[in-house]
Amino acid sequence: MEKIIEVQHLNKRFGDNEVLKDINFSVHKGEVVCIIGSSGSGKSTLLRCINLLEKPTGGRIIYKGKNILDDKHNVYQYRQKLGMVFQQFNLFNNHNALSNCVVGQVKLLKRSRAEAEEVAMKYLRVVGMEQYIHAKPKQLSGGQKQRVAIARALSMEPDVMLFDEPTSALDPEMVGEVLKVMKELAESGLTMLVVTHEMGFAKEVSDRVVFMDQGVIAEEGPPEQIFNSPIQERTREFLKRTLNQ
Amino acid sequence: MSSEWFVRIITEYWPMFIRGAGITLFISIIGTLIGSLIGLVIGVIRTVPVPERGAKRILLKVINGLLAAYIEFFRGTPMIVQAMVIFYGAAIAFDIHMNRLFAAIFVVSINTGAYMAEIVRGGIISVDKGQFEAAHAIGMNHIQTMTNVVLPQAIRNILPATGNEFVINIKDTSVLNVISVTELYFQTKSIAGNNFRYFEAFFIACIIYFIMTFTVTRILRYIERRMDGPETFTLNQMQVATPEDLLRLDQKTK
Ligand SMILES: Nc1ncnc2c1ncn2[C@@H]1O[C@H](COP(=O)(O)OP(=O)(O)OP(=O)(O)O)[C@@H](O)[C@H]1O
Ligand SMILES: [Mg+2]
Repeated sequence: MEKIIEVQHLNKRFGDNEVLKDINFSVHKGEVVCIIGSSGSGKSTLLRCINLLEKPTGGRIIYKGKNILDDKHNVYQYRQKLGMVFQQFNLFNNHNALSNCVVGQVKLLKRSRAEAEEVAMKYLRVVGMEQYIHAKPKQLSGGQKQRVAIARALSMEPDVMLFDEPTSALDPEMVGEVLKVMKELAESGLTMLVVTHEMGFAKEVSDRVVFMDQGVIAEEGPPEQIFNSPIQERTREFLKRTLNQ
Repeated sequence: MSSEWFVRIITEYWPMFIRGAGITLFISIIGTLIGSLIGLVIGVIRTVPVPERGAKRILLKVINGLLAAYIEFFRGTPMIVQAMVIFYGAAIAFDIHMNRLFAAIFVVSINTGAYMAEIVRGGIISVDKGQFEAAHAIGMNHIQTMTNVVLPQAIRNILPATGNEFVINIKDTSVLNVISVTELYFQTKSIAGNNFRYFEAFFIACIIYFIMTFTVTRILRYIERRMDGPETFTLNQMQVATPEDLLRLDQKTK
């Protein structure tokens, strides 16, 4: 299977605090990978290193056969190929829902406005937000914002979608609508890398689960292995703790 | 004091008052506009993330240092003194005899620029960090992030402060009479001197200043409200519903 992103010996430190230690893993085309782990284990940092919102302090990230950490690599073009969905939605406050999905296409992909709006409408329909295209972010609920944020990322037609705890900032009754959209996307064959605390989602939807603990990948495998018969002691402990809550 | 003098001064000298007020408005509008542009450019430059190493880092550090010096210097000295130094300094040092109106606009612009640079920087910093991150994550560079996402929000946020600068400029152009610019204060002084009617002449000037600043404040409020847009939005019903949509709507209403 074709590797979309391969992380090799990735290291990240904030000052003296080594947050990621020798991380190795890859995401294949069409795969859904969930990253789980306790708070502070470095999940967000890993995701943010992959799209270079944080600059890794060591290692390589291979995309299309090239190490994107080389100085001469074009960061901006690379980021266009990764869709990012944030915990706090981060919709552009000065744009309405439609415009949030259009601005990147027009300014970065150089699509015509008409074409960009057509693409945006397609993805807003996928997330069920086509009725709300004229609404400004502050006029939307959390779940609606997050669905528009997903449509915004999809509108760039990225090679892989990164989700950083997309439902953690939502009221419980809105978690479902976002997870449902994500499940549909996973089933449509989209390549997804999802940091999540939703164990049910990880179990049901992912092809592979990565368990992180204290800056390292402690265990990695199909969901059946991780959730039913984890090999590592700390995986077992983490699951016991989270599932008992 | 008598009302006769008011009437006399107004009927006799109104064209001078109007011309003076016109020059005052002209200098402060152009000065505020150019100053805001200077502030915008400097504000954007001063928020460029400094690279960790390399020639670009050194260049940016030098530019930032120079800009900081400019801001500190013009904020730390009175405009009345700046006007004298620039107008007479240019004449002595470089043998440039500036047009007085040009000199006035020049002084007001760079003075406003120094204040606006800090206001803009504050406005940019106050925009939520998530907005920058989302723009970067989608692939925008610093300039694209600024023009498409951050500046529109920052400008809305700093509009009240900018209006304030404009109002201050209307009032403070009066100090430019030291380089004999025929703005409102200068005109009033001549009128008063001609008749030895200081109170009456300056009282009229006072009212004209107030009308100008009050009107400007009202107009800016209106612009602020316009920028905020409507409170509500309309649902988009123009699209063709697909079976999945209907299913979705159906589920929602349950
Ligand atoms: N910008 C930063 N500067 C310094 N330290 C940071 C920074 N960002 C993260 N860290 C540290 O890195 C560690 C990992 O943080 P990270 O946000 O990646 O954890 P996480 O696994 O995503 O946790 P959570 O589940 O709470 O989101 C933490 O100890 C955190 O304090
Ligand atoms: Mg996190």
